[in-house]
Amino acid sequence: MTAIAYAGIEAGTELPAVDYPVTRLSLVKYCGASGDFNVIHWNERIAKSLGLPDVIAHGMFTMAEAGRFLTDWAGPGAVVLEFGVRFSSPVVVPDDDAGAMINVSGQVEEKLDGNRVALALTVRSGGTKVLTRARAVVRLP
Amino acid sequence: MAINPDFIGRTFPPSAPYEISRVKLAEFADAIGDPNPLYRDRAAAVEAGFPDVIAPPTFPIVIGMASSGQAMADPGLNLNYAMVVHGEQRFEYQRPLHAGEIVTAEVTIADIRDIGRNSVITTSTKISTLNGEHVCTAHATLVERGGAA
Repeated sequence: MTAIAYAGIEAGTELPAVDYPVTRLSLVKYCGASGDFNVIHWNERIAKSLGLPDVIAHGMFTMAEAGRFLTDWAGPGAVVLEFGVRFSSPVVVPDDDAGAMINVSGQVEEKLDGNRVALALTVRSGGTKVLTRARAVVRLP
Repeated sequence: MAINPDFIGRTFPPSAPYEISRVKLAEFADAIGDPNPLYRDRAAAVEAGFPDVIAPPTFPIVIGMASSGQAMADPGLNLNYAMVVHGEQRFEYQRPLHAGEIVTAEVTIADIRDIGRNSVITTSTKISTLNGEHVCTAHATLVERGGAA
């Protein structure tokens, strides 16, 4: 992790894109760790019977990857003050070894007082935006 | 049958106290694939200025699940959980949660409405320590597909 200093950034500063993989195993682990055992996240038969293309990732798993992107960028001395997303499209996770990829990138929207910065994130999977209105406010060291 | 609009404005009693453990934080960090030492190495967390290992930004959802899960399962609410997808999620933090503290979550149903064929329910979950320190609020929008049909 590289610490980002408030003084060293400005509105428009880009946060370099990172890819995060998600497999069926990721979803099983996330079910257990989060307590969210909704069948659409692990049972292909039921997911399809409910009109979904396949098993889909927990929205909160995708948001967690976006959070990981934020905290990795900001570094250990930073604190996340606000973090919000809209789940615009599901991350479909096929039953194979590769799974799906979540691509996260971002930009500094605005420098605020008190060492705070407002960030806008772009989160895609398979070329589709899976999160929209993904925004955060982070206090940098 | 639609979600019961009589639940708009209802605040459920605070959840049973939830003790945030190092083991749970490390398990959650592993599940999201995040190797950040602040979530599993106490020395690293202390060096960064925290009392103990801290929670990843989306971890409050786990505490929320324990309480809002109970609220969402209220038979009177009439929510079909298998048809539920997450619409929006937003967190406001006073500070990161950390291992060793005990918190409770208080869920309020802010709104219930039909949008097209779907029913949409909005909740706010306030997470506070047993001493009454407000640490985080989680705002969620859940969509029951076909709920209004």
